[in-house]
Amino acid sequence: MTVTVEKTPAPRTGQVHRAARRTSRTGRPHAAWALPGVLFFTFFAVVPMALALYLSFTSWDGLGDPRPVGLDNWKKLLDDPRMTQSLWLTVVLTVASWVFQTVVALLLGVWAAGRQRNRAILSAVFFVPFLLSSTAIAILFYALLDPNFGIIQKDTLGSQSGAFLAIVFVGGWQFIPFHTLIYQGGARQIPEVLYQAAAIDGAGRYRQFFSITLPQLRHTITTSTVLMVVGSLTYFETVLILTKGGPGTDTAILPYLMYEAGFKTYDFGYASAIASFLVIAATGLSLVLVRLTGFGAMRSTREGM
Amino acid sequence: MESSRGQVTGGAGGRSFSRRWFLGAGSASLLTAGLGAGLTACGSGGGSGGGDGKTLTAFVYGDDAVKVQQAGVDRFNKSAAAKKAGGTIKLQKVPGSDYSPKLRTAMGSPSAPDIFFNWGGGSIKPYEEAGKLVDLTDIIEGDPVLKSGFLPSVLAAGDLGGRHYGIPMRGMQPVILFYNKSVFAEHKLQPPTTWDQLLDINAKLKKAKITPFALGGSDVWPELMWLEYLVDRIGGPEVFKRIQDGDAEGWGDPAVVRAAELVKELIDDGAFGSKFTSVSYVNGGAPAVFARGKAAMHLMGSWEYSTQLGKFPDFAKSNLGWAAFPTVEGGTGDVRNVVGNPTNYWSINARTKNKDLAVGFLKDCASKEYAQALIDNGDVPTTSNAAELLASSPNPEYAKFQYDMVQKAPAFTLSWDQALGDGLGTKMHTEIGKLFAGQSSPSEFVTACKGLK
Repeated sequence: MTVTVEKTPAPRTGQVHRAARRTSRTGRPHAAWALPGVLFFTFFAVVPMALALYLSFTSWDGLGDPRPVGLDNWKKLLDDPRMTQSLWLTVVLTVASWVFQTVVALLLGVWAAGRQRNRAILSAVFFVPFLLSSTAIAILFYALLDPNFGIIQKDTLGSQSGAFLAIVFVGGWQFIPFHTLIYQGGARQIPEVLYQAAAIDGAGRYRQFFSITLPQLRHTITTSTVLMVVGSLTYFETVLILTKGGPGTDTAILPYLMYEAGFKTYDFGYASAIASFLVIAATGLSLVLVRLTGFGAMRSTREGM
Repeated sequence: MESSRGQVTGGAGGRSFSRRWFLGAGSASLLTAGLGAGLTACGSGGGSGGGDGKTLTAFVYGDDAVKVQQAGVDRFNKSAAAKKAGGTIKLQKVPGSDYSPKLRTAMGSPSAPDIFFNWGGGSIKPYEEAGKLVDLTDIIEGDPVLKSGFLPSVLAAGDLGGRHYGIPMRGMQPVILFYNKSVFAEHKLQPPTTWDQLLDINAKLKKAKITPFALGGSDVWPELMWLEYLVDRIGGPEVFKRIQDGDAEGWGDPAVVRAAELVKELIDDGAFGSKFTSVSYVNGGAPAVFARGKAAMHLMGSWEYSTQLGKFPDFAKSNLGWAAFPTVEGGTGDVRNVVGNPTNYWSINARTKNKDLAVGFLKDCASKEYAQALIDNGDVPTTSNAAELLASSPNPEYAKFQYDMVQKAPAFTLSWDQALGDGLGTKMHTEIGKLFAGQSSPSEFVTACKGLK
């Protein structure tokens, strides 16, 4: 642990609580520390978001000047049957990805937090898929799934269920390692004494997992969930390469619909409306998640210890 | 639309590179793109095409055939015409599938190209409407080289409202019914000339456990080719002409309904096999199925020949056969009619600082040297002197077939997606994809197309 807070402007996850408590004792870091981050965020996030919001009230084909059209794009957003379909598909994708990734990552993470030999090497191997570019991964799986020359010579991407499962699986393959790492870190923070006490009381492995590990990982689950949900909402490259939203419109999730409206039909106004909607939905969802799980209250999982 | 645009010669490698470009361009976050585009929109008032007028920029679709344009540019830059106009041309090659979005973004910015590659018709309509194109009608009429340099039908096919905005600059790309000669010989078949014959051949092939047709359904545009030819054979070129001219009710024409029904029957009958919705043309899936004899026929643009030559040279040289699309019983369309891309065109940005230089460069496309370079590349030029050059093609028989096909065609219908432009074309693609994937019936397809705008 570092001694002076001033030298650690960005404490790593897991140290946040302790660091926060320490700052209140030793004084907060100067606001100037935040300046580079704030500027970066302003120019590369806030300004473009504001511009996209502005464009969502215009009609613009990429040539000439945007023409104000009031709420037309937003009305279209509510009426468009493709939007309804996309929204539903996005929700299904988010839920399916969350279930798949959380179950696997949680179990793997808890297991990897143990004391096996070579665990560090295994952890490093796990992490490899996350280091590859999404594009490379999607192209790889596209080749593997080729109905005539791939390893599974079935019409996987040609049916909705197949295409959807492929997207969920490829997404999991890529991101599970990252979440495994988060869960591994979380699981290692759980004090050994809890397990020792439980063992004395006669709790078995399963009882220990459900009564100690899971509750102790509450905040980790929240963190991982928020990342997964927001990630699923902006999931794009894999869909573009694996299915192009197809077969038909069966996998055209919201980010793909936005891409199509913007870069294929050159309806930048409508694309901006979809983009703005995504930003609002993602922000809203993460706030709700944080609220519901009590994460925002910053209560410690070690209360009473 | 990564549509029927030029030769698809790049494999997965070129594909992945171009995808990367998209990601960089902000597909992951349209917000960033919105920023870039927003700023360029503000700056466009004072912008000008291509700098000082000494060096003009030309955007071109960056596939393998680009070497012909590069040679043309090199030749022109050394020519007397270039010296007289006081400048040179610089070619900027844009990876294929990114071409349209890149051009669209650039044309609204200060770094717009002076000259750019396009598909004529609807593909340049937004630029014409925004006043960004030089009307070449009077220039062509007043210049003997340009006026008599090209096949008139091809020159006209890229027109907008009867005015010329482009000069033909690549080979012709009619859609042709290709077949596997050895599979046909083995089962004692002849290429079909009527729809009934085609169905008969299908039945025989299926009995022999061979898929009748290869189809890259995940790209959608190969599916479009079926509708284009069927509508033409059933109702003639006027049916789509009406739609192209802006009458969406034209989708309700009995010919369109019938064509959609025939397509549905083909699909249900297994003419494309059971996996075509996940097969792609662009990554080489459909051409491989065809070349390896898993499918007996392939309806594709003339570039299928060079694609096969690149991937399966033995097949291309000895077993690749070609034929016209068959007639449909009771149809009124002429069997000689052709669909596809007449060719590609160069257009000039109205803001160019050196129009003389740009026009001088375009004239080079009518030269014998340029036409010969296209021939050497395996293409059939659309210049009026093409006929005498055909014999020097790497495959004179195939070149002559193509040339005659286009030359004798009473009508050449531009690929529908190109004719309608990117906005409508993309939405039409979606409906066609749904029809072929079985998500909509022929009547639902027609109703949905009528509602497109």
